[in-house]
Amino acid sequence: MKLKISLRHIAFFLLFAIFVLLPFVNDSRTLLILLTQIFIFGILAMSYDILLGYTGIVSFGHAMFFGIGAYTTAVMLKQMDNTLFIFVLSILIGMLFAGFVSFLVGLLTLRLKSHFFAMLTLAFSGLFLVLAEKWRSVTYGNDGFTFRAPDVFRDRMTFYFFVFTSLVVIFLALYRFVNSPTGRILIAVRENEQRTKSLGFNTLHYKVIASVVAGIVASFAGSLYAVSLRFVNTSVMTMDITLDALLMTIIGGVGTLVGPLLGAAVIEYAQHALSGMARDYPIFERWIIFFGILYILAVIFFPKGIIGSLRLLIWKWRGKVKNKKTQVALPQEKERFE
Amino acid sequence: MEPILHTDNLTIRFGGHTAVDRVNFQMPEKHLKAIIGPNGAGKTTFFNLISGELKPTAGDVYFKGQSLAQKSAIERTRMGLGRSFQITNVFPNLTVLENVRLAVQSKEKIRYQLFRHFKSYKAITEKAEELLALVLLDNKRDALTTMLSHGEKRKLEIAMLLALDTEILLLDEPTAGMSLEEVPTILEVIRTIKQQGDKTILLIEHKMDMILDLSDSIMVLFNGQLLADGSPEEIMNNDTVQHAYLGGLYDEHLTDIK
Repeated sequence: MKLKISLRHIAFFLLFAIFVLLPFVNDSRTLLILLTQIFIFGILAMSYDILLGYTGIVSFGHAMFFGIGAYTTAVMLKQMDNTLFIFVLSILIGMLFAGFVSFLVGLLTLRLKSHFFAMLTLAFSGLFLVLAEKWRSVTYGNDGFTFRAPDVFRDRMTFYFFVFTSLVVIFLALYRFVNSPTGRILIAVRENEQRTKSLGFNTLHYKVIASVVAGIVASFAGSLYAVSLRFVNTSVMTMDITLDALLMTIIGGVGTLVGPLLGAAVIEYAQHALSGMARDYPIFERWIIFFGILYILAVIFFPKGIIGSLRLLIWKWRGKVKNKKTQVALPQEKERFE
Repeated sequence: MEPILHTDNLTIRFGGHTAVDRVNFQMPEKHLKAIIGPNGAGKTTFFNLISGELKPTAGDVYFKGQSLAQKSAIERTRMGLGRSFQITNVFPNLTVLENVRLAVQSKEKIRYQLFRHFKSYKAITEKAEELLALVLLDNKRDALTTMLSHGEKRKLEIAMLLALDTEILLLDEPTAGMSLEEVPTILEVIRTIKQQGDKTILLIEHKMDMILDLSDSIMVLFNGQLLADGSPEEIMNNDTVQHAYLGGLYDEHLTDIK
């Protein structure tokens, strides 16, 4: 088979090299922590993109899976031992549990029309939030608890590389997943569910598959998140996490996988920068306001997200897209123009 | 000969309105039957009952002698009942090729394959291209479906239906809303399928010349009831049918036949 090297491959390789080399060039703790945070939320946002961007499911309960991962890892590291083995085991158990929960919840709710589904996911994630609040003996209620991360991760750099490697592996796996025959059916479900059914595909199965995959990946992100903070509390289960994932996906570009990563970078960096400016300008303590403005601007000027809009621009420049209508076109489909 | 499809007192009521009323019909294998009737006669409802989109109030549909009462629309498609829709119903934001490719993929039962790249299934893409050539859409394979003309979308519908490779094709007004220039190509496509000789086709149509040209038999629905079922000549000479439906049209077309 001929190996075609495109501009995209080069760009990916460059990015990869930058992130590998960066810690050796600039070993600022703040930067490492920020990048680690971006990668973790990038993984979460990609998992959300599988639901929103590829299958067209709007879920308000995605934080539930993030929380399951975070709590599983935190509780196991606290109650058992802070070894690497327990950490890996906790990730696997968290993913298994999240997969099981998303399978059950999906089976129960994905039959419903989208807005009813969205409300129900909210209810289910509320259920887990209450569980995390009330099961004090294990979760220490609202305040949460601190725990010791495995010793290898005491070095921020090691953890950074662990998270970065995970991100790359998950990205490649999800990329393959959305380009598999099953992934194509997910896209068909998003485009026209009824038609997909009449082609003989049981769309419920595919929506459940999407939600299980998204749930498992989100749980993994949650595990990493807990370890990055060495602390967990109920905030990992709240709507804020879901909204963050939603914003990252929309700002970056739905249905692109790369978009959510970029969205995560933009939002995490903006949060970091804006709250940093609060020291000099008290108004920035309300950085959430600026966030709102940023979001509105993004939706007005980049309705397809940053990646989506850029892509369109490039295609226009190459003269491949004439009709404004095609803005909604799938990136994968468009590649065929090339 | 055992009919491939038949109905037994098929009835559906919506409140007080009986849309399909005790219809008994038989469909011989590899046969092309047209369903005609005025608007609101229950033609599309009848299709929906056969394809499983609607559940009958009474009566049943039989495919190769087997009752379909417990079968969902998806199961019926898999068993061999494919249908096209009166309203164009495709994937607007996917390419023309991808639309057909998905249908071929369904036929090939590649449903839960998560790790291989979809492009590695070369046979599927080739089959899809072949079907596009059959409906004369091969030059549009990479266009987004939303940019196609109405007639082209109808052709795409037929390609997708053929991709499922079902024994029975239910075509709901394949030429609806088409411009006059586009009709002959659809006619040609249906004729090609018929000549290949392995499909049973049930066709709802309004264009009488097309029906007379293509069909082996015609059934007439009126107010949900089966008014007549027979060869084109029989139907054209049937007094009840003339009164109920054909009216003035009749004379004109009879001369055509002669």
